[in-house]
Amino acid sequence: MARRADISNRRFDVVVAGGGIAGFTLALALKSALGGRLSVALCDPALAAPARITRRAYAIAAAPRRMYETLGVWDAIAETAEPIRDMIITDSRTEDPVRPVFLTFLGDADASPFAHMVETDRLTAAVREAALAAGVVPFASPVRRRETDPDGTRVRLQDGTEVTGSLVAACDGAKSRLRDLAGIPMIGWDYGQSGIVATIGHERPHEGRAEEHFMPSGPFAILPLTGDRSSIVWTERTDRVPMVLSLDDDEILAEIEKRFGLHLGRLTLLDRPTAHPLSLKVARRFTADRLALVGDAAHVMHPIAGQGLNYGLRDVAALAEAVTDAASLGLDVGSAEVLETYERARRPDTIGMAVVTDTLNRLFSNDLLPVRLIRDLGLGLVDRMPFLKRRFIREAAGSEGLPRLMQGLPL
Amino acid sequence: MAEAAKDFSGSATVDQAEVARFDRLADTWWDAKGPMRTLHKFNPVRLSYIRDAAAAHWNRNPTGGLRLEGLSVLDVGCGGGLLCEPLSRLGATVTGIDPARTNVEVARRHAERSGAQVSYRNDTVEALVEEGASFDVVLAMEVVEHVADVDAFVEACSRAVKPGGLLVMATLNRTLKSFALAIVGAEYVLRWLPRGTHDWKKFVTPEELESSIGRNGLAVTDRIGVVYDPLGDSWRLSSDVGVNYMVLADKP
Repeated sequence: MARRADISNRRFDVVVAGGGIAGFTLALALKSALGGRLSVALCDPALAAPARITRRAYAIAAAPRRMYETLGVWDAIAETAEPIRDMIITDSRTEDPVRPVFLTFLGDADASPFAHMVETDRLTAAVREAALAAGVVPFASPVRRRETDPDGTRVRLQDGTEVTGSLVAACDGAKSRLRDLAGIPMIGWDYGQSGIVATIGHERPHEGRAEEHFMPSGPFAILPLTGDRSSIVWTERTDRVPMVLSLDDDEILAEIEKRFGLHLGRLTLLDRPTAHPLSLKVARRFTADRLALVGDAAHVMHPIAGQGLNYGLRDVAALAEAVTDAASLGLDVGSAEVLETYERARRPDTIGMAVVTDTLNRLFSNDLLPVRLIRDLGLGLVDRMPFLKRRFIREAAGSEGLPRLMQGLPL
Repeated sequence: MAEAAKDFSGSATVDQAEVARFDRLADTWWDAKGPMRTLHKFNPVRLSYIRDAAAAHWNRNPTGGLRLEGLSVLDVGCGGGLLCEPLSRLGATVTGIDPARTNVEVARRHAERSGAQVSYRNDTVEALVEEGASFDVVLAMEVVEHVADVDAFVEACSRAVKPGGLLVMATLNRTLKSFALAIVGAEYVLRWLPRGTHDWKKFVTPEELESSIGRNGLAVTDRIGVVYDPLGDSWRLSSDVGVNYMVLADKP
């Protein structure tokens, strides 16, 4: 008890609420700066238990990969990370015998991959272990309340502990309690679509190729994992999801095969599919008094361009940079100046990507003849795609506007 | 924080109403969006200049943590302590002085609340020099334009620098541009500063300031302008010394 009182009387520079990938990465990034001088607390009930097994996988773009390299955790992730070397996009209906490929991102053998498919469980474990080893102070209880005065902010945890800090980073997910407590509304809508996620084994190697087939119900994505495995994200209308999930393994595999195609040989189902409702939501503001919203707490995107986690990690890199820059001058890390810098760096960028993902989804989740005709004329579309192509390429190359960590530079 | 407030108000020398008044003033000084907004916006550029100048002078690692550790710093005209607290967090032993008693009480009260280690005195630099006090770094930031006798002030500041130490002064140039920007623009058009904050006739040109510093045996090593960038809503270093500028000098 005595020891706990000592800890909770301490004032932290930053209190991170939420132990997901974004929360642990932020805590680790902050400890990596200024010789570890910033004090960082992390509050999450999951700290009391071994890491949860989710069996999901995410595409990590080149810029966040560089951040993980800089933070020294990429090596721990790399062995289960599968590089995406090639991407194709088709416009199809399941009954189409041939799917016209109208956009390819030809993998350049010498260039670094667009992205890596990374298994969430491995990534979470790696950042959690590294953050705790770096001296992040864990509190195994969720945040219930928050108070702010001109000098600091204090959170009360469910177990009654109070933790004081200069800044609270809300990494507590799409249903962020801290965001609700601050009265920040989310703007957006549900798509009435869900992402059905499963891991598939196949006879032939995928050779690092990611595929996205635009189908009337929404995109069907095949993303390469290590070994002869792929992760699929099957977008389906939410009202049809219970039917899909009620199918037995053989029936569901037959449905997947219709969409997946036969080019990789016979398929096997490696885990039971799970469904996740899709929505587009962006917080009205990313900050409040001594509070910064990070990752899903600030935005939820359609996975059509695979950018949800990547944009969350950009938040992490931008907030870590704003905090570090203030601390390197001895300034208050939770000041209005720091929060303004963060908001300005992240909100316009997020809204830009939200609009892109939303437009893509509306354009492609559509079986109306005129829309298909326009799409399939191809030419007009391919002409219109360079902005997306450029965006991916710029992402991979790392442009100058990115936070330092995303350029592979230390804080 | 609640405990600190109790300790302070329990002291016999300060009455409760005064403490409440100083708390309100401290909140005003330290509110980055309040009346001192311009000073808050200005703070990062002058702090980084001071930090980098001291780190270079004493060969400190520019990327390390406590870069000013072991250095004594005097902030002349410290106001609410906006420079003193950050400098103390960078490891310096900081003394802040201000001739206005209210400012000193406000700064002291804020440091108690924030936990910053700064010693504040309601004194003039002349009085400190009389006592024989001296410091590695002496700062007179945005003060010169408010003093009655510039030469006497520069002399006292120069004497407060230890041999081998640094003097940093920041002020406003006396140009047509500074009249337009600092008086008409900042006070009358943008209302960044209360009207009457500055008296243009009291502004000092870099040449005047540098010759005054030189007469006191210090060597001026840098002169740099500070300009406002409206796109980023921030201040940055510039070769343009037409309005705000800083001067750095070594004491042999």
